[in-house]
Amino acid sequence: MKQDRFIAFILLMLALSALSGLVLITVFIFKEGLPLILQTGFRDFFLSSDWDPKGEHFGILSMIVGSLAVTVGAMAIGAVFGLGMAIVLTQFCPPGLVSILKPLIELLAGIPSVVYGFMGVVTIVPLIRNHLGGPGLSVLAASIVLGIMVLPTVTSISVDALKAVPRAYWEGSVALGATKWQTTHMLMLKAARSGILAAIILGMGRALGETMAVIMVAGNALEIPGSPLDPVRTLTSNIALEMGYATGRHREALFATGVTLFVFIMIFNTTALAISRRSAGKGGGR
Amino acid sequence: MDIKIETRNLNLYYGAFHALKDVTIQIKPQSITAIIGPSGCGKSTLLRCFNRMNELIGGVRIEGDILLDGKDIHRQGINLTRLRQRVGMVFQRPNPFPLSVADNVSYGLRVHGVRNGISVPEVVEHSLRATFLWDEVKDKLDSPALALSPEQQQRLCISRVIAIEPEVLLMDEPCSALDPIATGHIEDLMRDLAERYTIVIVTHNMQQASRVSSDSAFMLLGELIEFGPTLHIFENPSDKRTEDYVSGHYG
Repeated sequence: MKQDRFIAFILLMLALSALSGLVLITVFIFKEGLPLILQTGFRDFFLSSDWDPKGEHFGILSMIVGSLAVTVGAMAIGAVFGLGMAIVLTQFCPPGLVSILKPLIELLAGIPSVVYGFMGVVTIVPLIRNHLGGPGLSVLAASIVLGIMVLPTVTSISVDALKAVPRAYWEGSVALGATKWQTTHMLMLKAARSGILAAIILGMGRALGETMAVIMVAGNALEIPGSPLDPVRTLTSNIALEMGYATGRHREALFATGVTLFVFIMIFNTTALAISRRSAGKGGGR
Repeated sequence: MDIKIETRNLNLYYGAFHALKDVTIQIKPQSITAIIGPSGCGKSTLLRCFNRMNELIGGVRIEGDILLDGKDIHRQGINLTRLRQRVGMVFQRPNPFPLSVADNVSYGLRVHGVRNGISVPEVVEHSLRATFLWDEVKDKLDSPALALSPEQQQRLCISRVIAIEPEVLLMDEPCSALDPIATGHIEDLMRDLAERYTIVIVTHNMQQASRVSSDSAFMLLGELIEFGPTLHIFENPSDKRTEDYVSGHYG
């Protein structure tokens, strides 16, 4: 008994220290970044794309647009392919094949992001440059690479959501004469809707936060992109590229970029959590 | 005499397990036929043969013939969607879809394609009236079906099948998740529906079989032991095993 209590205490301390890491990071980046946003003013910080650290101009609009463009592009690719894979795996695939395919897709998550970036640079970038024009390093290249990187997230959470749909629904639909595809789009996707939405939003969070692969293929130009073939710099790339030599207000401005990113990611994750909670409450029981 | 569904020397195997042994049965139209027997005797399996639901499970092998209106349902080129439209099924636990009440009823219509000149709301109303559910749900057609009581859910599932105008209704222990009063209501409904549909019901409940059915089949360990008029099966069975079962010596 005494020993149990002691071990419980130790474990609690360990858990709390991990959590305190989160709290400390949050406090730290807000403390370092927030004052600069307030001094610069919301308008000049968020709504200006004039980023000139030497001249003390810290407008991050082009990077916000860059991050969002790349994220939306990645999700357009990742959601279509990820959901498609989830549908194939849960509805159309013999169980034997599923047990091979699903671990393979999950293996994608284990590939280091620099490898994705490298593959993007040597394959996708030249393809875009040669066939579609522009520098190749672009929103499109970043979207494709990120779209592949978010596949494991989108696929495995969507698979879980589709598998959680009671088999009785499926049987009821088939017994009414529905084909597998009718059952899938008329019933299964609706029944698993909130889980699938959560999968897509979590995928967006991952795409928004990814740094290394994006730096390598996005081109990192400080402009608002006019087309998917233009290069962009994302919020994450900006921090990673400049942190090494930034000092003073420049450094603070990078922390402020981090604050912005942090808020975006928090919004995505809380939305995903709220959606899956709501569905757990509503779809529960039978 | 008319026959709606007929099996001839039907054998079914789940892998190596011989689940149905030489079952030969003839089911009359516009009547209620009950299949009774202890758990695991193959009665649900037999029922699921009639709309070919067994083949959704891997490793099932079927030998012998199953005829609907004299035509083999395993023949080449049969339209499985059409077969399942003609032979509808109601499950043991009510399984309304997580959609609105109206969308549940119209589901089958949408599956089979809404033909010209058919008004979906009319079919929904008609199907809900057929199960006496209309008055209870007419104001909540757009609310989720899962919010209904279990009995209402089961009525809804029956309405959902009726909406696609089947000829046969297969019911797999449709009352086992319901209380006795709700069971009584569903049984009344079955008697009413038997005027139009051929109903085959699998039940554990022998009183239920004797109350609603005109013919009864007793199964044991995959074999059809005895089949005949319900009165005969319950009052004066020819087989000793049937007598033991209906008088409560088994199961």
